[in-house]
Amino acid sequence: MAERKHEAGAFDIRVFIGSLLGIYGVILLLTGLFGTSDADLAKSDGLNVNLWTGIALLVSAALFVVWSRLRPVVVPDDPDEG
Amino acid sequence: MVLAAESQLRLDANWIDYLLVAFYFAFVLGIGIMARRSVSSSIDFFLSGRSLPAWVTGLAFISANLGAVEITGMSANGADYGYPTFHYFWVGAVPAMLFLGIVMMPFYYGSKVRSVPEFMNRRFGPTAHLVNAISFAVAQLLIAGINLYLLASIVEILLGWPLWVSLIVAAAVVLTYTALGGLSAAIYNEVLQFFIIVAALLPLTLVGLHKVGGWDGFTDKVAQGPGGEEQLSSWPGTALAGFDSELLSVIGIVFGLGFVLSFGYWTTNFVEVQRAMASSSMSAAQRSPIIGAFPKMFVPFIVIVPGMIAAISVQEIVEFKETGQGSVEYNQSILYLMRDLLPNGMLGLAIAGLLASFMAGMAANISAFNTVFSYDLWQTYVVKEREDDYYTGVGRVATVAATVIAIGTATFAASYSNVMDYLQTLFGFFNAPLFATFILGMFWKRMTPTAGWTGLVAGTAAAVTVWVLSEDVTGTIAIGGQGGAFVAAGAAFVVDVLVSVLVTVVTAPKPESELRGLVWSLTPRKDFHDPDEQELAWYQKPTILAGIALVMVVGLNVLFA
Repeated sequence: MAERKHEAGAFDIRVFIGSLLGIYGVILLLTGLFGTSDADLAKSDGLNVNLWTGIALLVSAALFVVWSRLRPVVVPDDPDEG
Repeated sequence: MVLAAESQLRLDANWIDYLLVAFYFAFVLGIGIMARRSVSSSIDFFLSGRSLPAWVTGLAFISANLGAVEITGMSANGADYGYPTFHYFWVGAVPAMLFLGIVMMPFYYGSKVRSVPEFMNRRFGPTAHLVNAISFAVAQLLIAGINLYLLASIVEILLGWPLWVSLIVAAAVVLTYTALGGLSAAIYNEVLQFFIIVAALLPLTLVGLHKVGGWDGFTDKVAQGPGGEEQLSSWPGTALAGFDSELLSVIGIVFGLGFVLSFGYWTTNFVEVQRAMASSSMSAAQRSPIIGAFPKMFVPFIVIVPGMIAAISVQEIVEFKETGQGSVEYNQSILYLMRDLLPNGMLGLAIAGLLASFMAGMAANISAFNTVFSYDLWQTYVVKEREDDYYTGVGRVATVAATVIAIGTATFAASYSNVMDYLQTLFGFFNAPLFATFILGMFWKRMTPTAGWTGLVAGTAAAVTVWVLSEDVTGTIAIGGQGGAFVAAGAAFVVDVLVSVLVTVVTAPKPESELRGLVWSLTPRKDFHDPDEQELAWYQKPTILAGIALVMVVGLNVLFA
């Protein structure tokens, strides 16, 4: 079936998820590096939870973006042929 | 009582936390605006919706349910009962989702209906349709009230506002969000919400486990607690079911909770089923709930386990569990755990996750209500054949009315200390007889339209009667707690089947020609399969995926037995 197609691009939900997780990752990473007092550390049992969660979020965000680049969503232009 | 309890719990949020919450709102509204803009310029949005891979519809499927029920109710049950709470997932939800994908989805998708009540209309005619549509609409209002109550209690804890102010403000926020985001953005927001909830609860669980000394420290402390070793094995779950007899408890859990309540909920609830019905092919529709089952079986580890951690590490809840005294509620286990363990930053992420979950839950209830009210009730029975704009207007009014009514039901929900009791009770009233009627109607061609509605009414009445007689209300019969709901659901199922069979014998069935696609024996097998099903890869075949999920969930049941 020959139909015109294009990529979903910004409407790809993976880009949305990746962006929000990435923003959260940056904020938590910075908080973990610069905004963590000894009292904060004691609260979470000595773990720098902001730092580690920040790193994990950034890795997840990167995975979403890479995934959406490698396997873009292809949208057919004509609804009836989709 | 509730006000006093909550005035003691405060989370010390600072500007970083509010920033994280603000970003979440920006994204939710952003998705709504982008969706609307792209819809006006082209039909991209709907198309990319239709061409979304199955993992998205699968996640949206469980996300629509990942609201108050899972997070607050299940962590409360975890804190209260321990491992037996796993039954809600591994005996309840997961098998039911697999059953929906394999057995029931072919009927829903194959008959091309747009809603669950519409299937009822095609199979049994207008009376059964009316009963179903009205009871569904009422249930949605009640459940929206619970979601609103939980949302308002978080706002109260966060900002220190009185509960009634929080209720009204939270309702206004949801109303705006529903109006702006619209139904078209629902699936996107649900998928986003799933990842935010995981990002919020997984670190909380890991820090909690670290705090209590790892997995070994966790099991040791739970065993030494007031619940004892029993809370570390899921069977027989006598404390959860509220029966003294172990055998009755197992029967209650398997038949009442598993077969009737969960199958009823997951296979007939329009809010869930709609996600799968919107797929592009039969096999994709079948795959949605089956793919959703895989993450679903691991959700208890980030919901029930933190509840249990709260019950052994948060001082107030430990005392409450030992003595039964104190002003805390199990419903707040996760909030207390957040207060104790999370520094600013991570705290904001956790708050965003909880707000996301309750808002999406309430938005889903309200929009499902207004769809069924506008089309299944108003357009079908009250004012017929007006122009499309008129019904959109009706939908708007219904949305506002539903929000106002939800504020009322929220006040009602607040008088229960364990929200799960309340929810289970409602599902028993509405979903259990529905499941019985659907299963009979799908596999027994003789079943008549009159039997369809009388069975439903009798089943629901039986559930209400048992509930009124149980300890929850009058205490005439000695079953309380979750067990009352299991028995009410079981009674609804049995009475529905009996009444349906008896009424069918004395009334006239529908002509067989009208039942193609609605009844198993009258539908050609090819209607139940895609033409190209043989060409699918093994991981795209619903039956193979469901088999893998079944083996995994049996394994989990054995591992934590």
